[in-house]
Amino acid sequence: MATTEYNNPVIRWIEYRLPIFSFLDHSLGSGYPTPRNLNYLWNFGSLAGVVLMIMIISGIFLAMNYTAHVDYAFVSVERIMRDVNYGWLIRYIHMNGGSFFFIVVYIHIFRGLYFGSYKAPREILWIFGILILLAMMATAFMGYVLPWGQMSFWGATVITNLFSAIPLVGDSIVTLLWGGFSVDNPTLNRFYALHYLMPFVILGLVVMHIWALHVHGSNNPLGVDVKGPQDTIPFHPYYTVKDLFGLGVFLIIFMAVVTYAPNYMGHPDNYIEANPLVTPAHIVPEWYFLPFYAILRAITFDILFLDAKLLGVIAMFASIIILALLPWLDRSPVRSSKFRPLYKQFFWIFVLDCILLGYIGGKPAEGIYIPIGQAATFYYFLHLLVIIPLLGLLERPKPIPESISQAVIKPAAAE
Amino acid sequence: MADTEHVTGNAELSDGERRDFLVLTTAAVGAAGAAMAAWPFIHSMNPAKDTLALSTTEIDLSPIEEGQSITVVWRGKPVFVRRRTADEIADATGTPLGDLPDPQPDEERAQQPEWLILVGVCTHLGCIPLGQKTGESRGDFGGWFCPCHGSHYDTSGRIRKGPAPSNLPVPEYTFLDESTVRIG
Repeated sequence: MATTEYNNPVIRWIEYRLPIFSFLDHSLGSGYPTPRNLNYLWNFGSLAGVVLMIMIISGIFLAMNYTAHVDYAFVSVERIMRDVNYGWLIRYIHMNGGSFFFIVVYIHIFRGLYFGSYKAPREILWIFGILILLAMMATAFMGYVLPWGQMSFWGATVITNLFSAIPLVGDSIVTLLWGGFSVDNPTLNRFYALHYLMPFVILGLVVMHIWALHVHGSNNPLGVDVKGPQDTIPFHPYYTVKDLFGLGVFLIIFMAVVTYAPNYMGHPDNYIEANPLVTPAHIVPEWYFLPFYAILRAITFDILFLDAKLLGVIAMFASIIILALLPWLDRSPVRSSKFRPLYKQFFWIFVLDCILLGYIGGKPAEGIYIPIGQAATFYYFLHLLVIIPLLGLLERPKPIPESISQAVIKPAAAE
Repeated sequence: MADTEHVTGNAELSDGERRDFLVLTTAAVGAAGAAMAAWPFIHSMNPAKDTLALSTTEIDLSPIEEGQSITVVWRGKPVFVRRRTADEIADATGTPLGDLPDPQPDEERAQQPEWLILVGVCTHLGCIPLGQKTGESRGDFGGWFCPCHGSHYDTSGRIRKGPAPSNLPVPEYTFLDESTVRIG
């Protein structure tokens, strides 16, 4: 496609100097061959990209009216809600956009787990995805601090205190993070600066993610490599239209929440201005952190010289880092769960386990919730560290089709 | 995906025409939607309600003696309020309109001849002219003098000499009673 001829002389003139039109064509145009059998789960990658843009744009407009100072932050957010034209809409878009970003990305990740998208040759693609998830978590956490409500303040206090678990230098690190001796104005200022920076770090990671994607192209529901042109269709118009349709459905759901239930996923406590002298009865992170919060709290016992506090922090970070090692933990050469009868069942158990962890993370750490949380945490690591490697050795996959076109077109013709 | 079969029953449009129609209508709806989505963001940069709430200023005139001036802030800009002397009023009303670069009679610029109210921003490049405080230069015409580029304003705030293109603007104002004026 490098020899694409353009009729328009202006386009030809630009293309000769900066080949941006052929670049776009190879990236998301008719020059990007894509497996012909992608289902709607493959919409969530481009959807995540759109949500990132929605977050950056709405965030820039919020920043025009926000004041990063402990005396004014809460009031400036209320001013956005009441006085700034459409400020309520822009803030609710940004606030719920964060939640929807995680919804979209979690579906995207579980899609990858189900169809084995992390396997060779897409390991680096997968690792960049995990890095994006980590960057998103840091961004979301710091963004949640900015309105300077009670949950902002106490969430910041609890999460920054995680680092005090590090032996020897923990307390010094926490002081460094705070820029003082508690979460205060210096903390708010640096969180604001970093919250503005991080989306662009994410954007850079996304560029790497897409670059790696375009080397070998998308995986597909069959998990079979593309063998030739008969297995592909051009990205444009087939998947641009499919992605746009999915975007339309997404925006309807998103705007329904933004306009009818904007605070459904929030906490009322965050509409109380931060008070360093009063802790809310239940400090709960935003829903998208709950499974990890449950893992953090599950470790209530010391092991050897490691105390429970440090182990909880290690377990929480490990629960994400281990995902990056998945391409090497999973030894099965078969990608798609369609042909992995055992893995398919364990996949759904793992999904339920993650939902259970999320439920436990939202409950107070007392009574029956503690052992359930511990069991769910144990199973989380069991699945990733034991079950997946064992399945690679023991499972007998179903016969795999020779090619995408053979599996997709022939049966349709036979009907 | 193998939908090569031809849809029958719509004889008026060929496939190509129907496709063009769908592309154009979809693009039109998309463009309208994008414009509507952009508006809240653009409008959010216009003055907010609390900013608009500060767009009028009330001034108590009673402490101002004849010949004195005060400067008040209105919409973030200085407003000059001068209680003119009889001489100053005579100067302002007596000037032939032909001598003025931006001709305007004094009667149009002061609702009550004694009180001259002006936006104190030079019409050249936005500096604040001198002449409000005693001892400051009032320029060649006894009004105001802009030190940035040397514009001279007379006792009616009209440009007389220098690079400024027009007279100092008179804001909208209303006398609420004998000694109170509301600007804006």
